[in-house]
Amino acid sequence: MADPLIEARALTKRFGDFVAVAGIDVTVRPGEAFGFLGPNGAGKSSTMRMIGCTSPRSGGELRILGLDPDTHGAQIRSRLGVVPQDDTLDNELTVFDNLLIYGRYFDLSRKVARQRAEELLDFAQLSDRAKARVQTLSGGMKRRLTIARALINEPQVLLLDEPTTGLDPQARHVLWDRLYRLKQQGVTLVLTTHYMDEAEQLCDRLVVMDKGRIAAEGTPLQLIAEHSSREVVELRFAPDRNEVMADKVADLAERIEVLPDRVLLYADDGDAVAETVSQRGLRPETVLVRRSTLEDVFLRLTGRTLVD
Amino acid sequence: MSTVTRTGSITFDALSSSRRPGRGRRLVERNLLHYKVHWTIIVSGFFEPLFYLLSIGVGVGKLVGPVVGAHGEQLTYRTFVAPALLASSAFNGALYDSTMNVFFKLKHDKLYDAVLATPMRVRDVAVGEITWALIRGLIYAVAFLIVMGCMGLFESWWAVLALPACTLIGFAFAATGMAATSYMRTFEDFEFITMTQLVLFLFSATFYPLSVYPRWMQVVVECSPLYHGVHLVRSLVLGDIGPDLLLDALYLAVLGLIGLTIANRRLALLLTP
Ligand SMILES: Nc1ncnc2c1ncn2[C@@H]1O[C@H](COP(=O)(O)OP(=O)(O)O)[C@@H](O)[C@H]1O
Ligand SMILES: [Mg+2]
Repeated sequence: MADPLIEARALTKRFGDFVAVAGIDVTVRPGEAFGFLGPNGAGKSSTMRMIGCTSPRSGGELRILGLDPDTHGAQIRSRLGVVPQDDTLDNELTVFDNLLIYGRYFDLSRKVARQRAEELLDFAQLSDRAKARVQTLSGGMKRRLTIARALINEPQVLLLDEPTTGLDPQARHVLWDRLYRLKQQGVTLVLTTHYMDEAEQLCDRLVVMDKGRIAAEGTPLQLIAEHSSREVVELRFAPDRNEVMADKVADLAERIEVLPDRVLLYADDGDAVAETVSQRGLRPETVLVRRSTLEDVFLRLTGRTLVD
Repeated sequence: MSTVTRTGSITFDALSSSRRPGRGRRLVERNLLHYKVHWTIIVSGFFEPLFYLLSIGVGVGKLVGPVVGAHGEQLTYRTFVAPALLASSAFNGALYDSTMNVFFKLKHDKLYDAVLATPMRVRDVAVGEITWALIRGLIYAVAFLIVMGCMGLFESWWAVLALPACTLIGFAFAATGMAATSYMRTFEDFEFITMTQLVLFLFSATFYPLSVYPRWMQVVVECSPLYHGVHLVRSLVLGDIGPDLLLDALYLAVLGLIGLTIANRRLALLLTP
């Protein structure tokens, strides 16, 4: 196998006494799309900043492209592309100049920086906004510009911290399409997200992160197979009836989760369970049979939902 | 591979000095890209010292008799005031882009977070922004020098050294301004900088000689960094050359280096947590 692009062992980040990342092991190989799935505060951004060499680790080992961020930070950064969680576009410059100057930070010649800026505007579907001020762009456009900016140095690894958080569904799909293209071109993607659909769409392999630790690792399918049943039956009873009704169906499933607004029954044959529920005359307000998702994996591993 | 533990971020690569050439000039280039479009912002700053020269130097000067120079020579009031306004134009000019604007880029736009995701390092940010701020101060100094030339306000050929002197003033205050800004938490905190700037401008023997103060006040004023800037530039323009000018220059250079060091450390703490 090719040498890993990113290798972390017992990687730790502390802020004073607070432990944000509590010793994680991660390996990312060339060409992979690797994800960190976890709720707010899991330590995803702290991890991404350490990988991006803008925040020193507090302990453990970290090698990016075979180099140590503590001693070769600038060298590593010259080969990374970073899309931070918060937009950090240069609001005082135009869309085009944002790309141009970013290329210059990477020591590209003016000519090359210009040429790449034009190509990337096209990739980000922003060519007609080249002369616009950044503030006039929509959230989705800003995100695309940030991704285009991160590609100006033709990075070996693209780090994306919550690339689609805060975007409307349509803007998210446009963005996913762009990221999918990059993946096809062989760019290694490392992304964080708290959306299980995003993780399932984009990631070849991912870790489930919670409270600074890694709870599980694998491909989306592996994780689901390992930590959940094939199907899930969602029952919605009248408000505050969920607890009571849960007792009457508990025997039907391998596992049961009672959420404030619904009851989840984990079973391999969801239709059969739904059928039995109806035979017992329990009359839930809604019944939904679906496949297990990473959301269910997360619930199983942590007892909590991803997005609250 | 051994396991390492660190306590602070100061040892981090982003701060370490190295023999590679700095990339600070990239940030100067970034600012040029901005002001290429918004050049009017720069132009307006030139008029402030000019208006002082015309209103106080020329206007009030008509009411004030001649001022006695360091060697007992008689100087017109405007000849006396102009070099101080020259020094002040470099002083004020350097503070425009090293205080409030830096704060905005740092806290609001998160510009430096984006910059540090590239091979640029914290040191490059500090050096780049300070260099640009001092260049802006120098632009005003050059413009003001031209006005002084047109009004025949040079008394000596030593005046050509006023430009390097203004560079030193620009460096000292751009660096100090940036260091102070790194401690600001809100925009309201800038009242402190604005007030300090005004006090320095008015009381650094700008509009009258040091001799008008009682001795204890003279000692206080002699501590003011702008006093040394004014003294240096005024002496050069008037041709009062002495070894004390080296002390003025040294004071400004040391102040600048201290400011740069503090700015560098503070930015590392804020930007690479
Ligand atoms: N600079 C910082 N100083 C102190 N605490 C921080 C800092 N950055 C993050 N944290 C804390 O570390 C924890 C993990 O944060 P973060 O890595 O941003 O998580 P995520 O990206 O998964 O939401 C949070 O509790 C957050 O408050
Ligand atoms: Mg985050």
